[in-house]
Amino acid sequence: MFKGHVYITLKEGVLDPQGKAAENSLDTLGFSQINQVKFGKFIEVELEAENKEEAVKQLKAISEKLLANLVIENYRVEVVEVDK
Amino acid sequence: MKFAVVIFPGTSGEGDVYHVLKNVLGKSVDYVWHAETDLNGYDVIILPAGTSYGDYIRAGAIARFSPIMEAVVAFAESGGLVLGIGNGFQILLEANLLPGALLKNKSLKFICKDSNLRVENINTFFTNHFEADEILSMPIAHNFGSYFCDEKTLEELTINQQIVFSYSSLDGKVPQVANYNVRLANIAGIINKEGNILGMMPHPERSSEEILGGTDGLRLFTSIINKLEGVGA
Repeated sequence: MFKGHVYITLKEGVLDPQGKAAENSLDTLGFSQINQVKFGKFIEVELEAENKEEAVKQLKAISEKLLANLVIENYRVEVVEVDK
Repeated sequence: MKFAVVIFPGTSGEGDVYHVLKNVLGKSVDYVWHAETDLNGYDVIILPAGTSYGDYIRAGAIARFSPIMEAVVAFAESGGLVLGIGNGFQILLEANLLPGALLKNKSLKFICKDSNLRVENINTFFTNHFEADEILSMPIAHNFGSYFCDEKTLEELTINQQIVFSYSSLDGKVPQVANYNVRLANIAGIINKEGNILGMMPHPERSSEEILGGTDGLRLFTSIINKLEGVGA
């Protein structure tokens, strides 16, 4: 069995009001050295696959089909093999 | 002529649009459950407002894979009229029937209020009962209403007059600036290039009776009927 990590981030140029709100809040809290905060999504997936390459292929497929919207988001996948 | 109002799990605006079509306009209209696969016999398909699948993943992201959507895409591609309101607009974007995406509101809050809209294109199936540059009032009620597309798409939408409704001040002014983000923020409703698929965040079905504060939205539905039946309303 494999465990997959899918990281989804907003594309450059897409406004991230949540990140802006966090920046403002951190500034208010005195963290003056924080320049930018960007929010994204982290998704954990457990999957069966013949090998690691096959697992990566599946993760890319589900990311493009459902998990990410490529109009506004980028994604990156990681795979680790785990014991059953 | 016959309307279909599609219901997904979590849809909540179906009753409003059904009521307007049936009781206010006296038209034939059916609810169609999302698990259905056949839209034969309908002239107009409406994807109503609400929160299909709880807005999980992204608003409209799961609904666009409902069984009925294959029929909606086929209907739209053959030139049939499709209207998406609120969540329905989000589903049309996720299904790639319209370009772009809807992001979380900049305020991070659910916005529920009357909005002033300027009609930017009256030469469509959906807007022929409006006057050019007319200012309308329709309510908005959404969490994910901030329209986004890349600069190239925005240029195409502008050149092809696909931006049908803009958010406006009461005097009709829409900020005319070159700034890309401001231009995006003004977009309230867009149509596809072929002119048969309209998506909009404001609610015409909630501004179709005087008792609800206005009837500007009703003319969107009478525009459709006018085009398809060739009679004035």
